[in-house]
Amino acid sequence: MQSKALRIVLCGLALLTTMLSPIANAANLRLAVAANFKPVIDELAKEFEQQHDSKVLVSSASSGTLYNQISNGAPFDLFLSADAERPARLEQDDLIVPGSREPYAYGRLVLWSTSDSPLSLKTLEEYKGRLAIANPALAPYGLAAQQTLEKMHLWQGYQGRLIQGANIQQTWQFVVSGNVSLGLVAKSQVMDQPESHLLEIPEDYYAPIRQELVLLKRSKQPLAKIFRDFLLSDTSQAYIANHGYRPAK
Amino acid sequence: MLSAAVWLTLKLALTTTLILMVTGIPLAWKLSTMRSRLRPVIEALVGLPLVLPPTVLGFYLLLAFSPNNPPGQLWLSITGSTLAFSFSGLVVASVLYSLPFVVQPLQRSFEQLDHGLLEAAAMLGARRLDRFMTIVLPNTQRALLLAACMGFAHTVGEFGVVLMIGGNIPGETQVLSIALFDAVETQQFATAHTIAGGLLAFAMALLVVLYSIDRRGNQR
Repeated sequence: MQSKALRIVLCGLALLTTMLSPIANAANLRLAVAANFKPVIDELAKEFEQQHDSKVLVSSASSGTLYNQISNGAPFDLFLSADAERPARLEQDDLIVPGSREPYAYGRLVLWSTSDSPLSLKTLEEYKGRLAIANPALAPYGLAAQQTLEKMHLWQGYQGRLIQGANIQQTWQFVVSGNVSLGLVAKSQVMDQPESHLLEIPEDYYAPIRQELVLLKRSKQPLAKIFRDFLLSDTSQAYIANHGYRPAK
Repeated sequence: MLSAAVWLTLKLALTTTLILMVTGIPLAWKLSTMRSRLRPVIEALVGLPLVLPPTVLGFYLLLAFSPNNPPGQLWLSITGSTLAFSFSGLVVASVLYSLPFVVQPLQRSFEQLDHGLLEAAAMLGARRLDRFMTIVLPNTQRALLLAACMGFAHTVGEFGVVLMIGGNIPGETQVLSIALFDAVETQQFATAHTIAGGLLAFAMALLVVLYSIDRRGNQR
């Protein structure tokens, strides 16, 4: 009796999946996007959908997670990484369309505080509390934060006081929730903050946060290349520049 | 780095289990004898972490721990440091998170206890604490062990909550599950295999021990 009911439920589920999957596979473009770029890509994708009468599905996670998913056969057409390292590795793995690796934006690091006292590089030197950064081993913004602190000879002094987010989103969340009062985050995350709470880190303090995109080999979606050109177009690049990134061109 | 994470995980699980046994035993006993209409509500509160996504708990704890909010403020004024990103914070989170795994087996076992024995002892003049120590605890040994093991194992495996409030500080909040996450994200699969394999072996060994204790108990 019970097993019969179970079988009916399972059949129903199987039917549902087969019914739904063709819709999901229609003229859709599947993007794998580093979490920091999600808000920007959401807006650009809307624009693209209107221009090309198609649907853009955005999956966002950390670049490491997306790299793992792609290596294991995840069905994406285009990968927008937060770094250049993962795309390069995918190229070595022979998983990308040859020659498709290209930067689409450069990230910018800012010092961000929720308190009203004015910020300068001196703040970093004199600050005694905990500092939120992204994990340098996982996130390019974390690596940039480490390079900045090393350049200022502060890295040693901050050991044990660094609160590391798994990604730059979490780092932002640590500061915005009030648990840490100072953090090194992405400029794109704090565009709406009062300027007195922000200090842009000089760009020669860290290696460029070069965010690269790649077309994935397993994709048969012709829209992928069109989306890439759209992203690198002057209009899109201007939009990207207005949202806390340095444009790629 | 790995050994620090192993040690930290053990320390966290042991501390949590100790606190949970000390608080869980009276709580489970209270619940098992409770007649109030509030009982289902309290039982639901205790059981909540069983169904609640750990990230939900982590999110609320992150807010509660913030110096902008009363609990975090209170902690800051007493200890001079914040509760988030500290070992103490992880202990608080783990106690909440693993509570049902300790209280529920205890409560079930207390309810099945032969209460005639307790009444007899009461008539012979044994006081309440005395009755509890000499009758209840010795007769529920297996449940006590089971509860402790479940609380311990569950704390070892905790991930979502620690990720939300831990801040990944080596030696302070970087437990094994977080180290595993790190290793996979950075494609260090050799390290990932070591940690994941170790945790798998630990869980398997623990369950085998628990089930063999269960078997012996049933045969008795």
